[in-house]
Amino acid sequence: MVLEAKNISKIFYNSAPTQVLDRVSIQVKKGEFVSIMGKSGCGKSTLLYILSTMDTDYEGELWMDGALVTGKSPDYLSELRNKKIGFVFQFHYLLNEFSVLENVMIPALKLAAHTREEIEQRAMEKLRIFDMQDHAKKKPNQLSGGQKQRVSIARALINEPLLLMGDEPTGNLDQKNSALVFDKFKELCSSQNQTLLIVTHDQEFAKKTDRIIEMEDGKVLIP
Amino acid sequence: MKRGLILEIAKAMMLARGKQSVVAAVGVVFSISMFIALLGFMNGLNSLLDGLILNRTPHIRFYNEIKPKSKQPIELSKEFNGALHSIRSIKPSTSRLAIYNSESILDYLKKDPRVLGLCPKIATQVFFNVGTLDLTGVLNGIDWEQEVKLFAFQDYIVAGEVEQLDQLNTVVLGKGLAERMLAQVGDRIQITTAQGSQIQLKVVGIFQSGLGDFDNSNSYASLATVQKILGQSAAYVTDIQVKLHDLDQAPALAKEFAALFEVDADDIQTVNSQFETGSKVRTIISYAVGVTLLIVAGFGIYNILNMMIYEKLDSIAILKAIGFSPKDVNRIFISIALIIGLLGSTLGLLVGYLLSVLIDQIPFETDALPTITTYPIDYNPKFYLIGGVFGLLTTYLAGYFPAKKAASIDPVEIIRGK
Repeated sequence: MVLEAKNISKIFYNSAPTQVLDRVSIQVKKGEFVSIMGKSGCGKSTLLYILSTMDTDYEGELWMDGALVTGKSPDYLSELRNKKIGFVFQFHYLLNEFSVLENVMIPALKLAAHTREEIEQRAMEKLRIFDMQDHAKKKPNQLSGGQKQRVSIARALINEPLLLMGDEPTGNLDQKNSALVFDKFKELCSSQNQTLLIVTHDQEFAKKTDRIIEMEDGKVLIP
Repeated sequence: MKRGLILEIAKAMMLARGKQSVVAAVGVVFSISMFIALLGFMNGLNSLLDGLILNRTPHIRFYNEIKPKSKQPIELSKEFNGALHSIRSIKPSTSRLAIYNSESILDYLKKDPRVLGLCPKIATQVFFNVGTLDLTGVLNGIDWEQEVKLFAFQDYIVAGEVEQLDQLNTVVLGKGLAERMLAQVGDRIQITTAQGSQIQLKVVGIFQSGLGDFDNSNSYASLATVQKILGQSAAYVTDIQVKLHDLDQAPALAKEFAALFEVDADDIQTVNSQFETGSKVRTIISYAVGVTLLIVAGFGIYNILNMMIYEKLDSIAILKAIGFSPKDVNRIFISIALIIGLLGSTLGLLVGYLLSVLIDQIPFETDALPTITTYPIDYNPKFYLIGGVFGLLTTYLAGYFPAKKAASIDPVEIIRGK
């Protein structure tokens, strides 16, 4: 079991308390391509950020790779994210101060499991998967939206994560780029047994995944 | 590896905001260089002004003061013991100005390891005869070799040669005194002692101490000359001036020796306490101004880091999302502050030194200070150390709060807020 959420609840206290998540329990197995579907405001993104360990303000338990994650220190969670989770956002979020290649390298440099030369080589390999090797020396702001998203997926994969998460990774892309990104996800899943958990409101996208977790009003309809 | 990465990110963020970072560093450079130049200049002036007095002041001076005995005979009398004494109009008896047993005191002091050196001296009131006029003044009998060695006497000789005081009946006149007598080196002048004897002296030099009043009335001759004029023996000395290895011991030693030799003793701290106070106040003011400058530069860095954090919220969020801990983010911004501080401080110390050298070249000539030709600068390494440490400290503090804020940014809020 790569990821297991047990009875996760979260309440927003803005003006009036709102139950965003209500005892959500899900499981993701190794090599699965899972999508979380639902209308906007159903709590799917909130769930994803809890699952990504970035949001720690919730009730319930989160297990990852057989270990309890809930209640761990920020340092532990940072390390966990670095090592085991690759994250792709709706907006590409590359560091404009660094080149495309350096952006891909940074999580690996942070992990420091390999030498800089090895990391550079690996980063180039990842860029090659997404056909971005020719843009390695460019700055992110010289790329198009689709290109940026491909780079950020390459970055998410650099540390060979246990789980690749995406928050509407195709939400900001045109048809052609969307299809390209989806095909790459599918390919990763089938060829490298990569586990993927993608939040989307795109029905077409979700239909093609192995399993759909459908949410409504903070509850899971189809687990 | 990890520290290298943090420095790399810090560097990249600084380069992305290059102009602002440079402005922040220039602020530090400016304040540190001003701090160095200000303190160097102030302390240079301080030691100059102190030197004006303190160099020429003995650490301890022994002399015999003419005053009524502290224990009058009636108090020693057993008959009136415990009674109320009322004898009016007591006068001091004729006592000698000379120090009793001066030769053995000199011998004793020479052997004391705490004593750097000593100068016996005779001070006597004389009249300088100029035509029909008599100018009152002081003739000092000195051991010129010791005076040169201990009190930099040579520095104040503006004409003639002090070595010629070795000859009998020679004199070095104060500049003001020489001008009033229209005397030049090589001229002969006539003096009358308080006892009435007259004598001719050859002028071999003119001195200028920088204290106008002093120069208007003082003159120097050898001990032998003055002893001869006064008709006294070679043991006749009115003052013994002592220079110590450690100036701070002066008050204690003055007391010790005064009791031992049964003479009056003044120490330099008591006589010149106001100079030390003045120096201290000036130093405090220059430190205060310098530290204020540094704090202002610190605020500059604080502002720029805060702005940088607002501009880089996205980058901070992404760094956290891909596995940088709050501590790492904190270190990145502290590093930025310290890089600015380190570059600014180093350059500031250098510029401060150059500024000091520049000030050191500016001509500064005044009649009061014959040995000074340019503005005085103190190149004490202490100032550079304090400036450097303070520079780094302020930049660290300026970076501390923004870095803390950056570390506490919630990435979810930033990422979802888009």
